[in-house]
Amino acid sequence: MSDLIGGRGAVGTYWNKVLDIHWAFVFLLCVIASVGFGMLISVAEGQLDPWASRQMIRFAIGLGILVVVAIVDIRIWMTLAYPAYALALLLLVCVELFGTVGMGAQRWIEFGVFRLQPSELMKITLVLALARYFHGITLEQVSRPLYLLAPLLLITMPVILVLRQPDLGTSLLLAIGGFSLIFLAGISWKWLAAAGAAALAALPIAWQFVLAPYQKARILTFLEPEADIRGAGWHILQSKIALGSGGVFGKGWLQGTQSHLDFLPEKQTDFIFTMLAEEFGLVGASTLLALYLLVLGYGLAIAMQSRSQFGRLVVMGVCVTFLLYILINTSMVVGMIPVVGVPLPLVSYGGTAMMTLMFGFGLLMCVYVHRDVDVPRHANSLI
Amino acid sequence: MSVKDNERYLAFSRRAALLSFGTLGAFGTIAARLYYLQVSKSREYSLKAEENRIDPRVIVPLRGRILDRFGVELASNQQDYRVILVPENAEDVEMVLESLAHIIPLNDELRQSILKKAQSQRDFVPIKVAGHLTWEEFSRVNVRGPELAGIEPVVGETRHYPYREDLSHVLGYVTRPDADDQAEDPHPLLRQEEFRIGGDGIERLTDKSLRGKPGYRHVEVNALGRVVGEIRRVDGQAGDDVVLTIDVALQKFAAERMRGESGSAVLMDIYSGDVLALVSEPGFDPQGFNRGWTPEQWKELLDNPLKPLINKSIAGQYPPGSTIKPMIALAALEQGVVRPSEAVFCSGKRPLGSHVFHCWKRHGHGWMDLKGAVKHSCDIYFYEIANRLGIDQMEEYLKRFGLGERYEFDLPGEKPGLVPSRGWKKATTGVSWQKGETLITGIGQGYLLATPLQLAVMTARFANGGFKVKPRLLRSVGSEFVERPKRDVINFNAKNLAIAQDAMNAVSNEVGGTAFRSRVDVNGMKMAGKTGTAQVRRITKAERLTGVLKNEELPWKFRDHALFVAFAPVKEPRYALAVVIEHGGSGSKKAAPIAKDIMEETLKRDPLRRSAVSPLAQITDLEGQG
Repeated sequence: MSDLIGGRGAVGTYWNKVLDIHWAFVFLLCVIASVGFGMLISVAEGQLDPWASRQMIRFAIGLGILVVVAIVDIRIWMTLAYPAYALALLLLVCVELFGTVGMGAQRWIEFGVFRLQPSELMKITLVLALARYFHGITLEQVSRPLYLLAPLLLITMPVILVLRQPDLGTSLLLAIGGFSLIFLAGISWKWLAAAGAAALAALPIAWQFVLAPYQKARILTFLEPEADIRGAGWHILQSKIALGSGGVFGKGWLQGTQSHLDFLPEKQTDFIFTMLAEEFGLVGASTLLALYLLVLGYGLAIAMQSRSQFGRLVVMGVCVTFLLYILINTSMVVGMIPVVGVPLPLVSYGGTAMMTLMFGFGLLMCVYVHRDVDVPRHANSLI
Repeated sequence: MSVKDNERYLAFSRRAALLSFGTLGAFGTIAARLYYLQVSKSREYSLKAEENRIDPRVIVPLRGRILDRFGVELASNQQDYRVILVPENAEDVEMVLESLAHIIPLNDELRQSILKKAQSQRDFVPIKVAGHLTWEEFSRVNVRGPELAGIEPVVGETRHYPYREDLSHVLGYVTRPDADDQAEDPHPLLRQEEFRIGGDGIERLTDKSLRGKPGYRHVEVNALGRVVGEIRRVDGQAGDDVVLTIDVALQKFAAERMRGESGSAVLMDIYSGDVLALVSEPGFDPQGFNRGWTPEQWKELLDNPLKPLINKSIAGQYPPGSTIKPMIALAALEQGVVRPSEAVFCSGKRPLGSHVFHCWKRHGHGWMDLKGAVKHSCDIYFYEIANRLGIDQMEEYLKRFGLGERYEFDLPGEKPGLVPSRGWKKATTGVSWQKGETLITGIGQGYLLATPLQLAVMTARFANGGFKVKPRLLRSVGSEFVERPKRDVINFNAKNLAIAQDAMNAVSNEVGGTAFRSRVDVNGMKMAGKTGTAQVRRITKAERLTGVLKNEELPWKFRDHALFVAFAPVKEPRYALAVVIEHGGSGSKKAAPIAKDIMEETLKRDPLRRSAVSPLAQITDLEGQG
C-alpha cells in the first residue's frame, strides 16, 4: 500500500520518479511551446504582452502539472478513472443546464474566479475510463457485443452532450479519440466494417438533425468557398493567401503582411499555423510538423514499453487526442476541411487546451515512469 | 506477462503500427498541401497578398496662386481649421457632439447627419464635423480637447481670396467637382474630398495649370481598410502660379467706388491691352462656392435684381449711347462726309417721314459744328452725320473700333455685343433696314449693343490712334509669358484723329462740356471723356407731349443706363476706361464722377510706369508692395 501513497516503494521515492521522467521528451514539448511563444510575440507586433507572457506562465504551470501527474502512481489514476469520468459527465450535464454562454456556445461553468470547461476534462477522463475498461477485459471479450455496449455508451454520452453546446470540434475529438481506443484494444475487423457502414449511413441523419446551422454553413462554405467570399470563406481564402505568399522561406519573423494587417482571423489561436507558415515559409511549417511527429513517435515508443494495457491505451489515447488537434487544425487552415475551432496544440494561445494537453502528457509520462509496474486487472484488487 | 496479455500486446502493436502509418499518411498529406500552396501556387498568392495590402492614395497638390501684375496674391492657399470625429475614439458619439456644440456652432441637422454617418461606416473612418473655423473656435476645441474624446482638430489647406468680392468675377471661384467634371476627367484626383476645381473666371480658364500634379501614397491597409503605414510616396507638384495684368490696388479702388451700384468698370492699357481693372458690381464672395452655399444664401444670390453672379464687364450688353459719338465723328471725317467747321442746326427735332427724331435737349442746341456736337452730345448733329455715312460705313467703323466682336478674352462667358447691318436685320427679322434705324444707330441706340469691355477697347483704339489692341488679362502662366498675336493697324488720318480727340477733350475740359464737372487734373495730366445715356424704354408720343418723365420718377429698372468712356492723359494717352452704371440715370451725373475718381487714382498710381513681375522670378508674397 505504501508505494501507492508514495514515499518508499517498488518504484522508489517521488524524487527518483522525477529523475526517471523522460526529460528529452519534456524538452521537446518546451521547444514546440517556444515556437508558440515566438509566434505570439509576432502577433503582438514584437511585444511579449499580451499573449506570449501569459502563455509562458501557463506553460510553466502546465509543466508543473505534468511532473505532478507523472509521479502519482499509475494505479491511483486507474482507480480514479471511473469516478473522474462520472464527475466530468455530471459537469457536462451541468453545463447543459446552467452553463455560461460564450462565443455562441455553452461551454463553461463559472466557479467564482475559476472557469471550468468540462468538455476538456472529458478528453482526459474518457481516455482513462476507456483504458481502464479495456484493461479489465480480454481480447476475445473486446469483440463481443455485450462488452462493446459499455465503451459505446462511454463515448456517445459525452459526444452528444458536447455536440449540444454546440462544439463540433471537441465532440469530433472525443468521438474519434474514443473509437481509436476501441480500435487499439483489438476490436475485430468485422465490427469495424460494420461501424464504418453505419457511420456512412448516419451522415445524412447527422446533417439533418445533429448539426447546428452554423456548422452546416461552414461545411457548405468549405465545399464552395467562392460562394461566401466575405463571410466564412473569406477566412480560408485569406489563410491560403497567407500561406501561399509565405513561399519556401517565408517573409520573416514579424514580417507577415497578411497576419499583421488583420487579414487573418484569430491569428493568435486557430490560425497561428498560418502565421507561422507565412513568416517562416514551408521550411518553418514542416519543421513544426516534424517536431509534432517526433512527440508522437516518442509516445508510441513509450506505449510499447508499458507492461500494462491500461498504460498503453492511456498513452495512445493522449497521443491520438494530440494528433487530432494537430490534424484538424492544420488541415483546416490549409483549406482541406471546413472551419472547426480547434487550436494548434502547445502553440495556440489559450489556457484550457494547454492544461488538458499537459495533463495528458503528465499521464503519458506517468505511464513511462511506471512502465514496469504490474497493474491488476481490476481496480478493486488494488485497494 | 501472461499469454493473454501477450495476445493483447501483439494485437495492440499491430493496430498501433497501422495507426502510425495512418498518421504518417495524414502528415504527408498536409505537407503535400503546404508544398502545393507555398511552392506551386506561391506566385499567385503573393500577388493576392500584395493586392490585399497596398492601396494607392492620391495626394491633392497645392493649387497654384493667382497674382496681380506686381505679384500681390489674389488667390492663395490658407490653413483651414477643421474638426473631425473618429467614432472609435469617442465613448459616446452623441454626447461628444453635444459638448462640441457648446464650443462651436453645430446645427441639429448636421449633428444628425454625422450620427448617421458614424453608424453606417467603419468606426475608424474620420468624419468631417466642421471646417473653416475661426482661430478662436479652433483654439477652444484644442483647449477642451481632453473632454472631447474622438474629436480631433486638424489643419488643412483651402483656397483663400483676400480681396473677396472685389475680384470675384475676374478670379471666379473653386468648387467641388460635379459628376460632369468627373466624367470628363476620370482621374481619381477629382474624387478627393479636398480637391477643388476652378468654377469660373481665371480659376476655370487656367484650371489645368493651377491644379498641379497629384502625388501618390501607396499605403498599406489592413483587412478593414485602415491605413497602417506608407510604403511608397510619389510627391506631387504644386500648381503653377498665374500672373494677371490686373493692378489690384486700382481694382479694389474701382470696386469700392462702385459699391452699391449695378455696373461695370474696365480700365486698360491702350497699347498692350493689359486690363488693369475689371470690375463688375455687385460681386459675390468666392468662398461661398468653395465652402458651399446655404440654400438661403444661394436663393438670395439668384433673386438679387442687381445680378451679382453675372460678370457685367464681359457679359453685360448695353446700348453704347452717346459714348460712340467721337468715333462716329472720326468716321465721318475719315470718309469726308463732313468738314470739322461745318455747322448743323439743332432745333431739338428731326422729322423723317411720319416720324420725328428728338435731341436729348428738348429745345435744341442751335448751330453745332463737330467739336460742339461732341462736347454737347448733340443728337441732331449725329442724326445728320449718320444719315450721310449710312449704315454700311457705320457698321464698318464700329467694327474697326472693336464692337460686335469677341476678343478671345481670358475669361469664360464673353458676349459679342451687336453691330447691326442690313444683312443682319434681314436675316433675323425678315424686314429690310429702315432709314430711321440708321439715325438712331448714329447716337448709339437702336440695335447697337456693346459690353463695357468693348467700350474700353473702342476707347483704347480711338486713343492709341490706330492699333487694333485686344484686351488681355493673363500675363504669365507658370514660367511662360502668354504670347499674343500681332495687332493689326487701323490707320486713321492723324489730322482727323487729332480733331476727334480734341472734341472729346472738350467734353471734359471745356466749360459747357457734358462732363466738365468731372474733369481730372493730376499734375497736368487730364482726361478726355464722353458721356452716354442709354435709353432702356421707348418714349411714347403721348409722353413727349406731356413732358418726358425724369429718371428719378421712374422705377429703377426703367431708368436709363449711365455710361462714360475716357482716355488719359490727353497728351500721350495710356489708359482707357469705360464705366457703365445700370439704370444709373444719366452718364454725366452718375457715370462720369465715378470714372473721374477711378482715372484720378489711376493717374496718381500710374501703374504702367512701374515694372511688373517677371514670370521667371520666384514670386514670394509681396503683399503690401502693391
